[in-house]
Amino acid sequence: MSTAPAFTTRFDVERSTQLSRVSAVIACLGLAVLISLPWWGETGTMRLIAEMAYFLALAQLWNLLAGYAGLVSVGQQVYVGIGGYVLFATSDWYGVHPLLAILISGVAAAVISLPMALIVFRLRGAYFAVGTWVVAEIFNLFVAQVPQLGGGSGYSLTPEIVRSVAADRAGREMLMYWMALAISIAVIAFVYMLLRSRHGLALTAIRDSEAASESLGVDTYRTKLMIYVVTALCTGLLGGFIFLQKLRISPEAAFSINDWTVVVIFMVVIGGIGTMEGPIIGLLIYFAMREMLADYGSWYLILLGIVAVAVMLTAREGIWGLIGKRFDLHLFPVRRRLIQRPDSDGKPG
Amino acid sequence: MSWLAEVDWASVLIQGTLIGGLYALFAIGLSLAFGIMRLVNIAHGDLIVLCAYLAMIVVNATGMHPLLSIAVVVPLMFVLGYLLQRGLLNFTLGPSILPPLLVTFGISVIIQNLLLEVFGADTRRLNAGAMETASIALPGDVTVGIFPLVIFAVALVSLGALQYLLYRTRLGRAFRATSDDADTAELMGIDNRHLYSLAMGIALAFTALAAVLFSIRTSFDPAAGPINLIFAFEAVIIGGLGSLWGTLLGGVILGVSQSLGGSVVGPSVSMLIGTQVSAQWQILTGHIVFIIILIVKPDGLFPRIRD
Repeated sequence: MSTAPAFTTRFDVERSTQLSRVSAVIACLGLAVLISLPWWGETGTMRLIAEMAYFLALAQLWNLLAGYAGLVSVGQQVYVGIGGYVLFATSDWYGVHPLLAILISGVAAAVISLPMALIVFRLRGAYFAVGTWVVAEIFNLFVAQVPQLGGGSGYSLTPEIVRSVAADRAGREMLMYWMALAISIAVIAFVYMLLRSRHGLALTAIRDSEAASESLGVDTYRTKLMIYVVTALCTGLLGGFIFLQKLRISPEAAFSINDWTVVVIFMVVIGGIGTMEGPIIGLLIYFAMREMLADYGSWYLILLGIVAVAVMLTAREGIWGLIGKRFDLHLFPVRRRLIQRPDSDGKPG
Repeated sequence: MSWLAEVDWASVLIQGTLIGGLYALFAIGLSLAFGIMRLVNIAHGDLIVLCAYLAMIVVNATGMHPLLSIAVVVPLMFVLGYLLQRGLLNFTLGPSILPPLLVTFGISVIIQNLLLEVFGADTRRLNAGAMETASIALPGDVTVGIFPLVIFAVALVSLGALQYLLYRTRLGRAFRATSDDADTAELMGIDNRHLYSLAMGIALAFTALAAVLFSIRTSFDPAAGPINLIFAFEAVIIGGLGSLWGTLLGGVILGVSQSLGGSVVGPSVSMLIGTQVSAQWQILTGHIVFIIILIVKPDGLFPRIRD
């Protein structure tokens, strides 16, 4: 005698996969190796890893913005620049400790991003993209007019401020390296948590169809606004850190579209937009190309441009899209899957 | 602010208006591509600079007057535009705005860096001889350069020609039909892929015309593309998407803002905070006026198209 299966079948919501659990363990081991790097690695390697870490964070942020919320901004360099300049201004003018100033950089970027969103959100689609760029140019040109910020030629942090971070050079290199890892991992973890939360569900819905998500009760304007501000906050934090590491800032470097937006977009597009795994693949490809073609001027950018155009034309979901779809891989599972389970008495379903 | 009395207002306004003609010419290509196929070409500014280098090659190879190079560069860019659309950009069009945006973004970076590798970072300029410095005197001690007047006249004629093309010819009717409803137009026997390619060809032909005039008026380098894209974009948005004469007004408003920025706003601010006047105030003031118009009238002054 058996009861109707409909009553005994249970469903669980599964939010991780075998692979994601295994890869999480591997990632933790890899992280442990990276954390120990200063004791056995060279300074050059530390700097490269630090750079890769903050570029991965920037790529995840741009991916969150463009790949999920549909806000294709080419003006994110404005928040890197604001973060950098706020760090210099607060530590130089008001004597704030640089590490605390990084937090202020993030908060300042978020505060500025809100009124800016209200302006650029009036432009839709591709015009939004160019609008964000104009805003970034305004900040770029404006900062160059302020002599207290070094004007167009920029300025350096004073030796006293540099020493307040760490007493000697080796100590500073180590601290900066760990901070690059910590900030980047915090940002990436934050993006991951956000995508796994109910906001992430709304974002995924917006990514797949904005009209349909709106009809199902997603407040798309508010969700996008929230993502824009949150992204600005994290980008500002990273900007503050990046220029604390560089010790020198100028409008051209701080608001550079090439450095902070173009390469980031290439990473995300080539790796796979709209997934968290894609930017990692894109990051590895970008740095591999850059290191291999280091002696050939800007040819690596030309090559990256060609690859990005080819990816957009032939495989819009990028390299991860091709691999992940084919083998059903999810390193960062943000989906909710219904799994049928046998009932609790152990009887078959 | 007694020094404001010394500003030559008539001259500032006239110079600004005339440079606005060049911005309107820049904007035609951008506006046409958006109006007909909803394509925002991020590489537009870099295509302008590419045309300027092509004109330079033609002038250096033949020794002809820069203005005559128009006869070579314009047909060349028409063909390039047709092929670019047919072979590449048509495949990006669809419900998602991401592919066309990112593909033209990629093309922009490719063009910029190729120009840099081939021609180096030096600034260039085409020399049009006596024409560049010739001017005529207007009543009231105002002199106006002949060349800026020529640019403005070319802008007026171009907009007139485009208006004729769009509203008085069979091809124009097909363009407007496709712009209104691409699927229905296709059902009526219009070959959209061919039509879009023609539209991009025409857009780049106007871009080439603008580029030759630009290369005589201003010096350029491989990195000059983005700022020209932004000027064109600002003219289009201020004027209102899809409005031809609105684009001219947008260009003029931008030109006058920049002119005022350089001669009034910049010096005023510099006096207030006691610094050197910087040439950047021209561009900065133009951007700020653009943002103000965007806040007050988000659809521009004469909106035609809603996307």
